Amino acid sequence: MSRRWRDLPFAVAFLAPSLLILSAFVLYPLGRAVWLGHQRCDATGANCRSNGWDQYVDVFRSEEFQQALGVTVRFALLTVPVGLALGIALAVLADKHLRGIGFFRTVFSSTVATSVAVASLMWFFLLNPSVGVLADWIGGVAKNPGLLRDEDTALWAVAVSSIWANLGFTFIVVTAGLQSIPAELYESARVDGAGGWTRFSNVTLPMLGPTLLFAGVVLTSRAFQAYGEFDLLTGGGPNGSTTSLTYLVYGNNSIIKNNVGLQAAVAVLLFVVLILLSALQIRGVERRVHYGN
Amino acid sequence: MAYCADVADVRLTSLTKSFDGVTAVDDVSLHIADHDFMILLGPSGCGKSTLLRMIAGLEDPTAGDVEIGGTRVNDVEPKQRDVAMVFQSYALYPHKTVQANIEFPLKVRGVAKPERAEQARAAAATLGLTEYLGRKPGQLSGGQRQRVALARAIVRRPAVFCMDEPLSNLDAKLRGETRAELVALHARLASTFVYVTHDQVEAMTMGSHVAVMNRGRIEQVGTPQEVYARPASVFVAQFIGTPPMNVLPAGVVEVGPWLVGIRPEHVTVDRSPAAPTEGSSSVEPSDTAATVTLVEHLGHETLVHARVDSGLGQEVPVVVARLDARDPAPAMGERVTLRFPAEHLHRFHADTGRRVDERAAEVGA
Repeated sequence: MSRRWRDLPFAVAFLAPSLLILSAFVLYPLGRAVWLGHQRCDATGANCRSNGWDQYVDVFRSEEFQQALGVTVRFALLTVPVGLALGIALAVLADKHLRGIGFFRTVFSSTVATSVAVASLMWFFLLNPSVGVLADWIGGVAKNPGLLRDEDTALWAVAVSSIWANLGFTFIVVTAGLQSIPAELYESARVDGAGGWTRFSNVTLPMLGPTLLFAGVVLTSRAFQAYGEFDLLTGGGPNGSTTSLTYLVYGNNSIIKNNVGLQAAVAVLLFVVLILLSALQIRGVERRVHYGN
Repeated sequence: MAYCADVADVRLTSLTKSFDGVTAVDDVSLHIADHDFMILLGPSGCGKSTLLRMIAGLEDPTAGDVEIGGTRVNDVEPKQRDVAMVFQSYALYPHKTVQANIEFPLKVRGVAKPERAEQARAAAATLGLTEYLGRKPGQLSGGQRQRVALARAIVRRPAVFCMDEPLSNLDAKLRGETRAELVALHARLASTFVYVTHDQVEAMTMGSHVAVMNRGRIEQVGTPQEVYARPASVFVAQFIGTPPMNVLPAGVVEVGPWLVGIRPEHVTVDRSPAAPTEGSSSVEPSDTAATVTLVEHLGHETLVHARVDSGLGQEVPVVVARLDARDPAPAMGERVTLRFPAEHLHRFHADTGRRVDERAAEVGA
């Protein structure tokens, strides 16, 4: 008997606690969601009967799913690039040895400690057409009917709130990335004649590659899973213009609110979309990202 | 507007640099002639790197002036000083190929693509890098990376090369080879080199001049031979030479108020014990009785450590003598006579450690 087999009981014993937790909170719910996805159930999730696995295909082809997927993709395209750019800008700005810079670092990273609910409520009041300060400044559509109540602006407004809420995370990650860039690279570039922008584009950005890939994947995944801001700011409206895939699954105003089987099908499809997207992102960008020496 | 010097001498006048009240470079004045290979030599923390960085423009002096080619450059950006720098860590751009690394200084100066590719290839060929042009630094050995850093420095033909311990990350064999190549490179480029190192072998073998630094000040400037043969202070005497010069307290070798130094190769070891000093006319005044404490056989030479018997109540000094490997070496514990020939003695002031002029010593004695 090989050594590997003799060690098996110990391996199982050591893995048991993790396996137990993983099974109870990840594997079982995942399996159940996949199973539920082909069921038709009543509003309480009981009395289920099979509707056939074709239900996944039907859901994917449905107008509601396609529209929610479109909203979700647009939301990600709005939040991820802008969030990354702002995070880099703030991190580069704060990456200076100046007196009192710690204060700004704290402020810039503070949103990481702000919950989605608090951030959303704050933006809800800022954008409120009757009492919101921002609404007063912007005027026009912001006063009537209000940015969150206009079909054309609602998704943008939610995106702004989400970008703000995620900025702390991006700032911290990029700051850590900046601090791992050797000072000699900048000094060498200075002696070689590179100005500020050349140093940024030839040293800072390429050296931040792995950091930005990580932050980009995390922000994209967050954008696809965002729920709180949609629920609190717009409730999926107006007219479905902010009904993302997650809102379609959980939202109070969702058209499939009482159908556990369809909700599960959408959730599983979102999971698949997200996995494919992350794999594409990592494979596509990794070829152009440089890791260390 | 790039400032270009025809004559690339470097003149430092009363240069001082303090960091938060700590003085790294203290009132240093130094002239580095055009085409010179100047070594800034000293222990770590002596301020040599800071001095170099002020020449390159990476640090602003707290006081004093930096002149390159007769122009004061205190307020001139590094890129306009016509200076190239080679860093200890090489500071290559890890995401760029060797070719792109070498081209970079030309690229940021707006040299057209075909032209800079041509110049980069020429610089690479000079350093034997042609076959690596398409690789990234991570795929190169330490020695090859070091050459890429050199190629990047020479590609735009700067007036002054600043090098900050460029060989210290290489293994001993490669270091020896690269020393010779740097000397050849200096001769070929006919540029001014300013080279920082803590390695006295590099200083002795490469430099046309050596500035020995200690605690932010320059102890001595001279050719390697001058610095070795006539050290200006106890610090220089003991920093240069392996093993370092023996420096003995007053009274051991000769009577006088100064410290006496002698290089190990100038000490002779007589295997017959010295006769008692008092009342014997056959014993030379410089004969010193000693007991061998350690014998090191290095192959080409033998180092003999011997403790002087007459300690005069002070800390008993140990003298190191360097013998030819063919000479019979004494055994450990053997009693011997050490001789210190007068023509090889160096005298240093007991308080300041500065060299005492020979004539002054004669008058004083």
